[in-house]
Amino acid sequence: MSKFSEVFTTPLAKNNPITVQVLGICSCLAVTAQLKPAVVMAISVIVVVALSNLIISLLRNTIPPRIRIIVQLVVVSTLVILVNQVLQAFVYDVSKQLSVYVGLIITNCIVMGRLEAFAMSRKPLESVMDGIGNGMGYGIILVILGFFRELFGSGTLWGFPVMEKLGLYNIGYENNGLVIMAPMALILVGVIIWIQRTKDKDLQENN
Amino acid sequence: MKKFSNAYIFIYSAVIVAVAAVLLSVVAMSLKENQNNNIRNEKMQVLLQAIGIDCSREEAAQLYQQYFDQELTVGTNGETLSIYNIKDSKLEQGETRAFDIKLKEQQNLEKSGQQGAFPVYVFNKEGKKGYVIPTQGNGLWGPVYSNIALDEDLCTVIGVTFSHDSETPGLGAEITTEKFQAPFIGKQILDENGQVVSIAVKKNADAAAMHEVDAITGGTMTSNGVDEMLRVDLMRYQKFIDINRAALSKEEVAGSVENAIEEEVSHE
Repeated sequence: MSKFSEVFTTPLAKNNPITVQVLGICSCLAVTAQLKPAVVMAISVIVVVALSNLIISLLRNTIPPRIRIIVQLVVVSTLVILVNQVLQAFVYDVSKQLSVYVGLIITNCIVMGRLEAFAMSRKPLESVMDGIGNGMGYGIILVILGFFRELFGSGTLWGFPVMEKLGLYNIGYENNGLVIMAPMALILVGVIIWIQRTKDKDLQENN
Repeated sequence: MKKFSNAYIFIYSAVIVAVAAVLLSVVAMSLKENQNNNIRNEKMQVLLQAIGIDCSREEAAQLYQQYFDQELTVGTNGETLSIYNIKDSKLEQGETRAFDIKLKEQQNLEKSGQQGAFPVYVFNKEGKKGYVIPTQGNGLWGPVYSNIALDEDLCTVIGVTFSHDSETPGLGAEITTEKFQAPFIGKQILDENGQVVSIAVKKNADAAAMHEVDAITGGTMTSNGVDEMLRVDLMRYQKFIDINRAALSKEEVAGSVENAIEEEVSHE
């Protein structure tokens, strides 16, 4: 069981897909200007990584190595389209907000990376845990970014006007437009990596 | 590593793809109605919003029937191509319902030199008639949309909605906020001669001027897109506006003549 929990917890911090493996940066810049899309994106990615890991793990002995990438792609795209269709039918507002980003999950390196590196050679249960762990590791960073970018960029959180309620505008505070732009997301990711490496000596290179 | 024959690979990939295709088609078909309803209800919700009625998506269909009378499609020469009676849910003239028209398709038709058909929604709010004109254009990253609600005189704006697919949050996306939309109310889209001049979205707009509103700081490209969209799409209705304004002023003249006669009669 300890192995299970390890599979689940390492991607949250020590082997975080974004801050340590530096995967999925593109979508992490694109969807984090506000908190809500970031959260929905995180949930969608968790679902897609977990399910695709499960399916590929179940099929792993039948997949011919020569076409394995194609098979993985078919599985991932099918799942992403399913997620998109379900969002459109039942939570229309959220699906509108995410628009193209849901489709972007297909091209998210984390998904393909986990399929190649893990699910192709492990048992289904382990693979699901790995998928959820990686999805959450990705999600945590997204939520942190979304929190700071929405708060300092638009002065709101989940659409609630925090800064206005605090009365900061009256004393001359202004929203920072740069925080909303993609470059600031990258700088913030850098800051998170910096903090993480200062705390965790294992991640520091010896040279 | 296990060896797989070519035949196996072919059959395997065919089966995988077929399974995926069947699964997706079944899901897409079964959710289609739900999705379409969402889209239609949202369209009604936005139209209602344009005339100042806020409601949830679920209530939209009912309220739409209550406040809107007719859906018209209008040709380039101002001629009415079809009339759909919303109260009776019946097409009274023509073949297509304005509600089902895809604006983009019509704009493309027109661009390629053919005749387009463009929607106008006629509403009646608390006894006051008016028109809603939907528009669509290009922002910075993708399409922007708006609905302009006009008074019976087809000149004064009484409400607007703006929406977009993918403008930058905090910058271009600010077109959906009250702060951007409120100044439109009371502005006029026609000059003194009845020519469509639209409402310019520009820097340092004069709040008292009838034909301009303030653009968004940091959202210049989106503001320009909105400006262009309004100009191009409203110009298209010039003939329709002319015809309806002529009819309106005739009614007014007729009305005032009647009044005059009545007055004379009462004087006697």
